[in-house]
Amino acid sequence: MRFDSLARLGRVGLGALERLGRAHLLLVSIVLGVGEILRRPGLLWAQIFNIGVLSLLIVGVSGLFVGMVLGLQGYYVLAQFGAEQSLGVMVATSLVRELGPVVTALLVAGRAGSALTAEIGLMKATEQLSGLEMMAVDPIRRILTPRFFGGVLAMPLLAAIFSAVGVMGGYFVGVGLLGVDDGAFWSQMQSKVDFEEDLINGVVKSLVFGVVVTWIALFQGYDSAPTAEGVSRSTTRSVVHAALVVLGVDFVLTALMFGD
Amino acid sequence: MDYGNTDPLSRQPLVVDSRSADRPGMQEQSIATASDVLVSIRGLSFRRGDRLIFDDLNLDIRRGSVTAVMGPSGSGKTTLLKLITGQIHPDAGHIEVDGEDVHRLDKAGLYRLRRRMGMLFQSGALLTDLTVFENVAYPLREHTDLPPSLLRKLVLLKLEAVGLRGARDLLPNELSGGMARRVALARAIALDPLMILYDEPFTGQDPISMGMLVALIRQLNDAAGLTSILVSHDVRETASIADDLYVIAEGRIIAHGTPAELAADRSAWVRQFMDGLPDGPMHFHYPAPPLEADFRTRGAR
Amino acid sequence: MGKQHRIEVMVGAFMVLGFLALFFLAMRVSNLSLDTNAEGYRLSARFANVGSLKVRSPVTMAGVRIGRIEEVRFDKTTYEAVVIVRIDAGIDTIPEDTFANVFTSGLLGEQYLGLEPGGSQEYLRDGDEIANTQSALVLEQMIGQFLFKKAGESG
Repeated sequence: MRFDSLARLGRVGLGALERLGRAHLLLVSIVLGVGEILRRPGLLWAQIFNIGVLSLLIVGVSGLFVGMVLGLQGYYVLAQFGAEQSLGVMVATSLVRELGPVVTALLVAGRAGSALTAEIGLMKATEQLSGLEMMAVDPIRRILTPRFFGGVLAMPLLAAIFSAVGVMGGYFVGVGLLGVDDGAFWSQMQSKVDFEEDLINGVVKSLVFGVVVTWIALFQGYDSAPTAEGVSRSTTRSVVHAALVVLGVDFVLTALMFGD
Repeated sequence: MDYGNTDPLSRQPLVVDSRSADRPGMQEQSIATASDVLVSIRGLSFRRGDRLIFDDLNLDIRRGSVTAVMGPSGSGKTTLLKLITGQIHPDAGHIEVDGEDVHRLDKAGLYRLRRRMGMLFQSGALLTDLTVFENVAYPLREHTDLPPSLLRKLVLLKLEAVGLRGARDLLPNELSGGMARRVALARAIALDPLMILYDEPFTGQDPISMGMLVALIRQLNDAAGLTSILVSHDVRETASIADDLYVIAEGRIIAHGTPAELAADRSAWVRQFMDGLPDGPMHFHYPAPPLEADFRTRGAR
Repeated sequence: MGKQHRIEVMVGAFMVLGFLALFFLAMRVSNLSLDTNAEGYRLSARFANVGSLKVRSPVTMAGVRIGRIEEVRFDKTTYEAVVIVRIDAGIDTIPEDTFANVFTSGLLGEQYLGLEPGGSQEYLRDGDEIANTQSALVLEQMIGQFLFKKAGESG
């Protein structure tokens, strides 16, 4: 055939559009199920535990090290301009604006997102979702909705913990090891980090990332082929897609928030 | 791409109803005893991609009977169950369960109907993070407001019925395949449904648990006044408990009757399936061009 | 019930930790704590050019921060910049003839408003205007003036 490659491209495009459509329909059904978690808050607690509490260690440790590296690297650059006093500003702004929300989202996608995809995919493969449906229980409301809101709620808290621990790590390296003035570190930080511009925007970012990461994870699981191979492929896709979308959305959000 | 001429199946004349012409036709019979029919399927067509799974299928399931639908693997038996329970939609035709058109119901109506249906999945489909007791209690907790003591008694009764009261604290991964299916059966009857659908209940079972399941299905059907739909390709076990047998292949019903009638049926299709002959109308070879033609082609796989 | 209870406790602890982190970021890292400070009193000052002085830039005296810029606006009749400054409560002895300069911290740093006390016994009060001001140094202007002077000398 003459336009084979063109047709193949078209097929890929149509397939992607179709998946996107299904993903949005799923999101709508998930969000409409919000009544379920009001009726059974226990479901939500269990998911905040799964996504939030179980990600705490990796988020905390990563935050500490990222903060320490920022302190170290920032110090060497700033020292060249005699501006070591601004170390606190640099560490805090990078963490609160960017690294906190973004790195946390990537970590959660790897730690909790993949687990969500595999769990849902396996439930589908072992007919547990159909089983629920046959018991007249909506699996979207019962299984997906609590996981979704658990992820969305846990993400900003995790990002805040990441940033706070990171600032502490930067303080430890900058003030404790490299001898930056204690008072200058905090006062400069306080005068330059804006509550609305930086902190609120960071929280908004991580809320959006929470939606993105859990949505992708749940959709990949729910849409996976009900075989061992299908579930493993979906799990990989869940992490890869979530990482790419988080970084892309981060660019757009940054442009919108700090663009003027 | 056109193998039409070499497709052995298209050349075979299909025997449609094993009941001879002088018996009353199915259609007539179902009208005569409409209230007696729990599930009625009319003109059902379903295709998956290019493949036609069902083509204008008509089928009735009488109340209180054990009706078996048999056919070779891939003949769409499980799909039929999914259609009856409204999990998927047909391309044409309609299915009525207890007078309600399954695919015209809204979600709430469908869920109301499903509370009166139990389904036993091939894998059992137990919730893996709940114990046996909690699995059986799940539909009760979901749809009723029973006090805990009554709920406990009910669950234990259901488990007793399948002989697994002692296994109530085990997790699904600690159960054997047969036990898991029996727990799933207890869960399926938890809400005292109108009918139970069994999806391949005998596959992969050792002879002992197979015997247990065969006996259980019949007992439950008669003791609780259920209607059972059984989908299977295990001829002997199925024939031993079914009141009514349908054999489907190629999207059509090729035989219908009681086990005894089918055993006496002389058509090539029925004989091949019932007796497990390696070759017959259903060919050993998957449709393909002649071997020499395939050998001559170069470059292709 | 034990397991459920444990989960609830852990989730509770997690949420407390998360909100503590947010609180820490808000109060300790960002300027929220200073922002809400509506105490003190306001002074105004007029400049021909404020450079890159911004809202919340610091106002210092003798190098110590004593307040911040609250508002920078343009006066369309005089073509001047009007800067509203909030001075911390307690710093109530700023002489009337105080001099206000727009300074830059370091070569590349932020600009801030530096106050140099005069000798008057009268003190500025809420709503008063600082009369003596010195505009920001604009690097291009300085270079231009320097070159002009050089050209004049040699010519």
